[in-house]
Amino acid sequence: MAIKDYLRERFFPHMWCPGCGHGTVLNSMLRAIENLALEKNDVVMVSGIGCSARISGYVDFHTLHTIHGRALAFATGVKMSRPDLNLIVPMGDGDALAIGGNHFIHAARRNIDITAIIMNNRIYGMTGGQFSPLTGYGKLATTSPYTNIDHAFDTVSLAIAAGASFVARTTTYHAKQMTDIIQKAIQHKGFSVVEVLTQCPTYFGRKNKEGGAAEMMENYKNITTPIGSKASRENPDLIERGIFVEKEMPEYCSEYNKIIQKAVKGK
Amino acid sequence: MKNQIKFVQGNEACVEAALYAGLDFFAGYPITPSTEIAEHMAVRLPQIGGKFLQMEDEIASLCAIIGASLTGNKVMTATSGPGFSLMQEALGYAIMTEIPCVIVNVQRGGPSTGLPTHASQGDINQARWGTHGDHAIIALTASNHQDLFTITVEAFNLAETYRTPVLLMLDEITGHMRERLHIPKPGQIPIVSRLKTSVKQGVDYHPYLPREDGRLPMSDFGGIHRYNVTGLFHDMWGFPTDNPQIVHGLLRHLLDKIGNNVHLIAKYKEFYLEDATTILVSYGSSARSALHLVNNRRNRGERLGLLELQTLWPFPYGIVREKCANARHVLVVEMNMGQILREVKIAVEDPEKVFLANRVDGMFITPTDIRNILRLIQGKGV
Repeated sequence: MAIKDYLRERFFPHMWCPGCGHGTVLNSMLRAIENLALEKNDVVMVSGIGCSARISGYVDFHTLHTIHGRALAFATGVKMSRPDLNLIVPMGDGDALAIGGNHFIHAARRNIDITAIIMNNRIYGMTGGQFSPLTGYGKLATTSPYTNIDHAFDTVSLAIAAGASFVARTTTYHAKQMTDIIQKAIQHKGFSVVEVLTQCPTYFGRKNKEGGAAEMMENYKNITTPIGSKASRENPDLIERGIFVEKEMPEYCSEYNKIIQKAVKGK
Repeated sequence: MKNQIKFVQGNEACVEAALYAGLDFFAGYPITPSTEIAEHMAVRLPQIGGKFLQMEDEIASLCAIIGASLTGNKVMTATSGPGFSLMQEALGYAIMTEIPCVIVNVQRGGPSTGLPTHASQGDINQARWGTHGDHAIIALTASNHQDLFTITVEAFNLAETYRTPVLLMLDEITGHMRERLHIPKPGQIPIVSRLKTSVKQGVDYHPYLPREDGRLPMSDFGGIHRYNVTGLFHDMWGFPTDNPQIVHGLLRHLLDKIGNNVHLIAKYKEFYLEDATTILVSYGSSARSALHLVNNRRNRGERLGLLELQTLWPFPYGIVREKCANARHVLVVEMNMGQILREVKIAVEDPEKVFLANRVDGMFITPTDIRNILRLIQGKGV
């Protein structure tokens, strides 16, 4: 199927700024779904609020655009009701880890079979450039005009600590790797987390003098390295990308089916 | 045959009624005095192949059941004041997206943590106005376990009929008190199933295009029709829009589908109203004391009557006006500072004849409490 066939053209043009990385994420995600040959009727996309959340409107799946931070809670209800469906939850960094942080760690802890894609542009874009929990110490934003004194989460460490059974990181510069990782994340039976570093030239880039979209993407090439690479050992400041965790663990919906069997027997 | 007569808490009666109504899915978070609902659900739901989820908070609980409802399930959550406050945003989402669900609030004393194990009816106005933006809401209540059973089934029926969240405003007394419950035979109380679309696969389905009667046939999420659901103002496709005509049309639809059907939604009970010169208006556990007093005074020849409201929102102004038209005094009995009193004053022709008998100290309002107020109003002294 052509990528175009996964899109709702009625919804276009999209609302993202020129140079925004979210379109690249959409592209990689659709290619992953195409590679897996998933039926459109078998995919449910649930999103919250923010630039990233608008991705759900553009795709021709069952799409649920919910409230800020709670996408994973809605997705949990859908998945528990219909474990046969593929649940994909794209979220921004603020959506997933500030207002939605609690739901994120608990979904990871349950190991429910949902694919969470955290589109990390280190800023609240839709409201005009306020710092997020991933902006990082020393960075500038409209609500940290002097400098940001909030330290950032490390999404990967957080997801691992919370118990996610698949954890990966990639960037918009590494679009082919992103497709590959998202594909594996969807296939993985359990809670999977994919952090994608994605550029916001309009707010984060401009405020922090990181240049335009092209410069920001090139920077992803320079500041990241494959997990366990020689470069990583020599320069611990580099951000590792790739699959950090991929393990088999009891999945929540399957576990609940066992509860049902127990309850029916004991009735 | 299984014994269909039980001696149970109101919270358990609520669970049995929800199962009778066809509940498939419950998500909740422990909070006094509603916790027994979650506990019984955890036992009962998997026995029939249903799903029980304990979520990380009340926000997630309501969000999860909304997601589950969209796939075609009948769903419920239960909480108390602080949890109900947390649910307000997601409640608005369910109203906007027209997703059926039932939310139980076993009220306790507030504000804030308040009085977790004491009696109060302080959330009645929050039920009406808690979530932001103009909206309509359905809120029901009951004063005894048999009525609570029927009203809980009714809550599910109304949620499906009007595609809206329905609030069940119980209180600590009805929730925790034990009394006799007779479980009706299947079919004894009618059950409303979800209205599903007859649009076939491959044919355009408009998820948000109401039929002529205002109802919206649903397509199960994950089924043959793919569509968008959003809390933004949306067109008939479920796509976001800020077109003023569509925005106005959707808001009117959300208000009118409930506002125009108050006569169908309103449930109430009346006792000795025909010749009553003094009418007590009450609801929930307060109505038990009110009824006790009315029965007592009738035996002594006093012309007292009781109008027990089971539908609190939309407020049945017409019914209250009509029933209270000939009364000399109207006494609203409730455990708050007059949240339904205000509506009764609006409803009647002569608001000066409406008085309040309340208690807001966490203690249950007794027949004596009501009688003392009544004597003052009637000029008999305490």
